[in-house]
Order: sequence, then C-alpha cells, then structure tokens
Amino acid sequence: MKLKTAILLGAGLASALSCASTFSADVFSGYTLLKQETKEMQDDDFMNQGMETVVKGAALFSAMGKNGKSCTTCHGEGGKKLDPKRIAQYPVLDTNTKRPITLQQRILNMWAEQVGNGPLKYESADAVALETFVRNLARGQVVNVQIDGAMAPFYEEGKKLFEKRVGQLNMACNLCHDDHAGELLRAQVLSQGQTNGFPTYRLASSSVIGTQTRINQCYKSVRAEEQPYGSEAFTLMELYMNGRGNGLKIETPAVRF
Amino acid sequence: MRRMLLILTTVFASLPIVAAADDAPPIEAYQQWTAKGHAIQEPLGGLKGDVARGRKLSIDSAKGNCLACHRLPIPEEEFHGELGPSLVKIGKKYDEGKMRLRIVNIQELLPSSLMPPMYMNPAELTEVAKKFHGHTVLTAQEVEDVVAYLMTLK
Repeated sequence: MKLKTAILLGAGLASALSCASTFSADVFSGYTLLKQETKEMQDDDFMNQGMETVVKGAALFSAMGKNGKSCTTCHGEGGKKLDPKRIAQYPVLDTNTKRPITLQQRILNMWAEQVGNGPLKYESADAVALETFVRNLARGQVVNVQIDGAMAPFYEEGKKLFEKRVGQLNMACNLCHDDHAGELLRAQVLSQGQTNGFPTYRLASSSVIGTQTRINQCYKSVRAEEQPYGSEAFTLMELYMNGRGNGLKIETPAVRF
Repeated sequence: MRRMLLILTTVFASLPIVAAADDAPPIEAYQQWTAKGHAIQEPLGGLKGDVARGRKLSIDSAKGNCLACHRLPIPEEEFHGELGPSLVKIGKKYDEGKMRLRIVNIQELLPSSLMPPMYMNPAELTEVAKKFHGHTVLTAQEVEDVVAYLMTLK
C-alpha cells in the first residue's frame, strides 16, 4: 500500500508538472469486470432487459408528432439513415451554440422543434428510451469523441469537474475511477466509470438509466448535492467521460450492477 | 502539508447544540482540533471513546463505514473492501494521536487520499447535500469511539 501510494503521488506530481490532460491509464469497459452470468445477460438480446427500452424508444421514434411527422420522416425507418459513426462521436460541438451538446439533448431538441411534441424532460423515461434506441444503432462502433481543437477547452472543464472534491465525503470521481478501478468497494468492483454502455440497464434499480442519472447516484453516495439534468456542468462531465473512453466499443444497452 | 505543521488554536468550546431545519438531526458544534507531528494528541472535546460502539460504527454504512474500503477482524460481516490498507493490526502501527488524525482527516497528511475525512470542518466542504449541511461524517464522540476500537486491533 505504501509503495502504491508513493507511485500514485509520483504520478500525480508528474501529471501536474507536465500538464498532461488525457486519462493515461489503459481504458477498459466495465464489461470486463462483470460476472460471467451478467456478461451472458448483456450479450443475449432476449435476456438483456435493456432491450425493452430499445423497443420502447423505437416506438417513440416512429410515433407521429403534432407537426405531422415523426423521427422516421427524416431519419428513415428504424433510424436507418442515421450514421452510427456520427452517433459514436457524441457529445459533439453544436454548430449554433458553439458549445458541446449531448446525444440526449440533441434528441430532446429535435423532439420539441421538428416533431413538435413539446418538451420532454431530460432523463425522463421517454427521453432515456429515445436515447437508448438511437445509441443502440451504434452498438459495436468505437467511441470517437472530439477532444482537441474547439472541443479541448470544454473537455478540460469536464475533467476539472470529474476531479473536483464534492460532498460531505469530500470525494472526486477520479479518486476511485482513475486510481482504483478493479478493486473492491465492499462487495462491488469499482469500474473506470466508462460511459460506453450508456444508457445502461442497472440490475440494482431494474431500469435503464442515462449517464447523468448515474453521476447523480454517485453524488448521492458521497453526500453531494445532486445536479440538475441537462445542466452545463453535466454536459461537460458527460463530454469528458465519453472522451476519456475513446476507443471503447459502444455496448448500449449494457447490463451493469 | 504546511497546514499540518501549524499549531492550531485548540478551542474545545462548549457551545450549545444548534437545532437544524426539517427532520435533520441537531447540528453539533464543530470542535477545532490541533494537528502536530502527524497526530492529534488530545481527544476531540476531551471525550472518552467506547470500544464496542466504535466497532459498530466501523460496520455501519451510514456512519464510519470502514468496511467499505478496509479489512477488519469482523468475521460476521461479508465483503470487506480493499481500496485502503488492512486495519486488522492497525493498533500496532499507530499510537492514539496518529490514529485520531488519520480518522479525522487523512488529507492533512496525504492531500491526494480518497479516504473521506470523518471530521472535517463542514464550512470547508463544497456542494454538500442539504440534509448533511453543517454535519461532520462522525460526531466528536463517534470519532473517539472509532479511535478506541481501532487501538484494540493488535
């Protein structure tokens, strides 16, 4: 433990000196930490309970809205005109606002503006179902978020939030998920907190949840104030967390404890 | 690190207990403590710890929750965490003062530690959930109970 602490301190010092910003450890999906039976559950669409949410999302995707069109009007039956490689790039830079936008926020905007169905609440069951359906179209694609150029400053801001101590327990995401992934927190194996499986089916809550709900669950654990969904801070964190997992394959809907 | 070397003023003020809003438990006045030589020699508030209570607090996930990250000689509980060092013989390693500082706030010694400070000044914390505003994780008495328990692990 002493040696390990010394290494961690050394690594922290080195990264502070070099201003290195990317998450340097080898990235791995939380899938690799699952029990065999959970892996089998995820891999088999008939057993993967997240698939119910994909089906629900598909129905919403083709449901006619007040503007006389559905998502399929532009994106094709079953979203076949959507580019899976583009889906794998989210969060992307929004050309209008010049700020990052998450996949769910993009869908919510379209839902209100194009389909004309009025606003859906961020992380509501329908919003998560739509996102799960769309992201599932990119299953097997490699996460490929832009983290350089115009996105670099936003990525850095997201990283700062990921590494900011919050709550009564005064903890930050990176303290567990960068430094202790694979180790046991009581009965639970800590993951790297990767988002390649999101929205994901959580066995603990028997529901599919989005990235931001998962962050709030961690915030609650460290007794921090839960943040509003779709907020600027959560958008930046989601950007960082996705970019940090660049290279991982999308598993939506993943199955996790 | 520099802060640790400073001798802080010890104020064991016997302030009245302040009632908190809603259903939250009353907020206990925060006891200032002095860190010197990697240790807090004086018991918080001059209180005396209780070994049996300390053992219970170490298990309680809403309290000390030591088991989340540490191995302890508590065989009736399954799944001891492994994020921190084993505490099975921790009483041999530290004297009471050093043990107290590590429980109160290990970040005074190791700024990058992930261990939650059990007795950090609530005013120095950020974005704390409303129901925990003004509270330390453990009360001064509970810190002393856990110190007393861990000192028996030899």
